[in-house]
Amino acid sequence: MISRGERIANYAVLALFAAIALFPVLLILQTALSNDAIVSDGPASSFNFQNFADAWDQGHFASYMRTSVVVAILVVGLSTVISVLAGYAFGTMSFRGSEVIFYLILLGIMVPAEALVVALYFDLRALGLTNTLVAIVMPQVAQSTAFGTFWMRAYFRTSSREVVEAAHIDGAGHWRTLWQVLVPMGRPAVTTMVVLVFMWTWNEFLIPLIMATSENLRTAPLGLAFFQGQYTSGTALLAAGATLVALPVVVVYLFLQRHFIRGMVEGAVK
Amino acid sequence: MTPVQQMATPAATVRTPSGRRGRPGEPRRVAYLYILPAVAVFGLFILYPLIRTAQFSLYEWDGLGASSWVGLANYQAVFSEPQLRGAFVHALVLIVFYAVVPVTLGLLLAATMSRALLRGLGFFRVVLFLPQVIPMVVVAIAWRQIYEPEGPLNDLLRFVGLDSLARPWLGDYAWALPSVGIVGTWVGTGLCLVLFLAGMARIPRELYEAARLDGAGPLREFVAITLPSVRGELAVALTLTVIAALKTFDLVYVMTSGGPGTETTVPSYQVYNNAFLLGRVGTATALAIVLTAVVFVVTVVINRIGERGQR
Repeated sequence: MISRGERIANYAVLALFAAIALFPVLLILQTALSNDAIVSDGPASSFNFQNFADAWDQGHFASYMRTSVVVAILVVGLSTVISVLAGYAFGTMSFRGSEVIFYLILLGIMVPAEALVVALYFDLRALGLTNTLVAIVMPQVAQSTAFGTFWMRAYFRTSSREVVEAAHIDGAGHWRTLWQVLVPMGRPAVTTMVVLVFMWTWNEFLIPLIMATSENLRTAPLGLAFFQGQYTSGTALLAAGATLVALPVVVVYLFLQRHFIRGMVEGAVK
Repeated sequence: MTPVQQMATPAATVRTPSGRRGRPGEPRRVAYLYILPAVAVFGLFILYPLIRTAQFSLYEWDGLGASSWVGLANYQAVFSEPQLRGAFVHALVLIVFYAVVPVTLGLLLAATMSRALLRGLGFFRVVLFLPQVIPMVVVAIAWRQIYEPEGPLNDLLRFVGLDSLARPWLGDYAWALPSVGIVGTWVGTGLCLVLFLAGMARIPRELYEAARLDGAGPLREFVAITLPSVRGELAVALTLTVIAALKTFDLVYVMTSGGPGTETTVPSYQVYNNAFLLGRVGTATALAIVLTAVVFVVTVVINRIGERGQR
């Protein structure tokens, strides 16, 4: 019923949009590999990886990336455990006030960081806590927990009652049922949550911008933004830095793209 | 998509008739222990700062010295000062670029394409979705390069003989905001296309065949079958893109710093600018509260529309 021509036209449209989506990415990659570095000691080749080494050392990206890795591990680790615990309670147990508390936390998903960071900055400054990991990590843990609790509750509500019942009859308490039965069974749901929280944390800009007041705690996107303020755009060094910053999240995306897309499709808003 | 209904599973026979959801001996008090960490971080790092933000918004404070109570004057400033009101006007323009264009484009493309079942969609899906995962700062740097006076966009225009259109896009008073907006279109279009293709793939072919037998044209088909079927996806796409437009910050911070003049300021940027560069903490927090209210209303309205008709 569908003509051959129509099918080809569809692929052409898809290819066009794919090309548009890829163009800025390839432009940065090409610039990063180009040979216009200020000083280039290495042998000239068509692929110049010297820019990455320069960005890593001279551009301080080693330090920025290290901070980002630490922040990401803390935010993902803490918010995952907290969300699983809370989602389990909201999804499988009945207790007074559960509805009200859950919907209050759900509202937390909608609160933009802008409405938190200004007051938080001044209150943390009074406590001497600005420019610490706590200031950068905890607001993000809270935001990710709001989403994670919602996400895990949905999983626990669908989890099979029979399985829980069986674990119960086998003498497993609520704690063992959670960690030895439900969490292993819910690996896909947990993985989706983890990759989304990782992406949001890695890409977060406003919170570290305000909380990290000195260079030693700059995360990768933040370091990159300050770096580009010093160099004119289009230079190989800046593009190399941009590539380094994007690389971890793009690699994770390529391996776990189903989880990213499913998460967004199912309405993971941040 | 959140499963809410309690299904009557075979396990129901094992359950005691007393508890509707509870099993015999199911711990209830212990639930409070399970939610304690979540409630604690929520209270300390979302609820309390939000209340403090609302409190700050009623004072005039430069961030260092003494503060003075000004009532709702900061809110008055948000709605009357041209620079602050302008930020919301810019956000409205960005909604067109971030949400209206990608959603419309995505719907039309997906509707024409879903008539044919395509193979190899997986590859395109991964590529089209890619702009969603790249850090905004990196996106901003890539597009700054594209918009450079000697950058690829101007090269292209000169190549096709439209030299008169070439300009320093981000430094141009008329074109800076649309240029930022186009980046939002770039980020959002793939997402919308992927969402709608997935939604439309679920529509049974027989519906279209039946409609065609009834003599329905492509437009009727679209309005009567396609559009209602992707209502859920439409709500998700609109929520994601409109919120992204309202919360634009990284892009403006890196690409234009609100300039030229104040042509590309947005609410988030003005919150940052007023609180940390201009020493107007009260104004900044009032702006943040207004932005939060707008985000709430938009989210609720879009999801109401999305739920209607979906049972």
